[in-house]
Amino acid sequence: MNADKVLDAKGLACPMPIVKTKKAINELNAGEVLEIHATDKGAKSDLTAWAKSGGHELLQDTEDDGILKFWIKKG
Amino acid sequence: MGMKLISAKEVTEKVLSNKDLFILDVRNEDAFSDWKIEGKQIDHLNVPYFDLIDGVDEIVDKLPKDREILVVCAKQGSSEMVGEHLVDAGFEDVFVLEGGMKTWSEYLNPVKLGDLKDGGSIYQFVRIGKGCLSYFIESNGEAIVVDSTRTVDAYLDFAKEKNVTIKHVLDTHLHADHISGGRLLQERTGATYYLPPKDAEEVQFDYEPLVEGRDLSVGNTKVKVEPLYSPGHTIGSTSLVVDDQYLLTGDILFVESIGRPDLAGKAGDWADDLRNTLYDKYKELSHELIVLPAHFGNVSELDDQGGVQAKLGDLYEKNAGLNMDEKEFRRAVSENLPPQPNAYQEIRQTNMGKINPNEEDQREMEIGPNRCAIHG
Repeated sequence: MNADKVLDAKGLACPMPIVKTKKAINELNAGEVLEIHATDKGAKSDLTAWAKSGGHELLQDTEDDGILKFWIKKG
Repeated sequence: MGMKLISAKEVTEKVLSNKDLFILDVRNEDAFSDWKIEGKQIDHLNVPYFDLIDGVDEIVDKLPKDREILVVCAKQGSSEMVGEHLVDAGFEDVFVLEGGMKTWSEYLNPVKLGDLKDGGSIYQFVRIGKGCLSYFIESNGEAIVVDSTRTVDAYLDFAKEKNVTIKHVLDTHLHADHISGGRLLQERTGATYYLPPKDAEEVQFDYEPLVEGRDLSVGNTKVKVEPLYSPGHTIGSTSLVVDDQYLLTGDILFVESIGRPDLAGKAGDWADDLRNTLYDKYKELSHELIVLPAHFGNVSELDDQGGVQAKLGDLYEKNAGLNMDEKEFRRAVSENLPPQPNAYQEIRQTNMGKINPNEEDQREMEIGPNRCAIHG
């Protein structure tokens, strides 16, 4: 999936993946896509809930060999 | 005063002594509604940490100024962030739960239940966060551990402190809500691990069968532990009569509820077994026996000492699950059951030795309440 920006949040523990995601999303325009890489297992439910509450769209998420990837479209 | 870390042990003491506490739970809403720290004098506010990244201005009006505030999250990090914002906003009594809900889920509080007739004692290890109860029976330098959790250091340290050797380890049934520490304790102590054979048909390791007629003993004074086949929650579920005083019921009978027969996917078949155990087999036992279950579902089940126990005779009067006609019973154990425990299938597989998740994964699998009773 194409992304306008990639955020590497691997190795970071809660709350940092979301703190950084929020900052990165602020720098994008509505409709652009942010790709996030994380290793914190809690990131999945939190990013999903955060995207929903912030009006963004979680387009896709994958897990491969302990690396979680998310694609979020800015709302 | 600023922000202070507080341990699961200290929070447990507050819960048990009914201390006034305001909890700001900053996990996401799904996690909070699934499971939280409960107590008689505890109030909650749930606001996810991701709504508080820039500060707590928006919730200041909802927080008490004159009460202790405990900030709780999954693993501690987000609570610290929010705790610092609270201090910046002028709040003085701010605590952060050390290790978050993950540590809360694992903490074991040992409670002495009583002395045994010929010496020795029985202790209940209360896993307050998840509602699991395990038992440590010691006499004359030896001990039996029943329904151990996977955090076995608690039992090993306790054994050391009491100067006793763990001789037998057993599970009343194949657990679906938590990962048994049975095998680990066996490895670490050389104790014999017993399982009910009907629950252990698919296990991938050696064990000794826990069967009626094969009593176990502990210590020179021979504290008697009599297995009693009592199917229903699982087909192998086996209760224990200890020292003619205590009835360890596993997940068959709880203080405020009864076990659910569906966690291995055979509710219909086992409902009759469960009914027979509860309405016939247990009824023939002395009603003076003290029931010691493997779980509790609600903090209201904890007594003043933080333990969970009740006389069998009293439960026949008060426990709704023991006072239903057949039709009502069948419905209660098969319809409108609470959701299953988190990852219950993977937990069963782990307890059978079919999969071997690492510690972090095991922790994740055990998140949430036990949900082994028919009432949520």
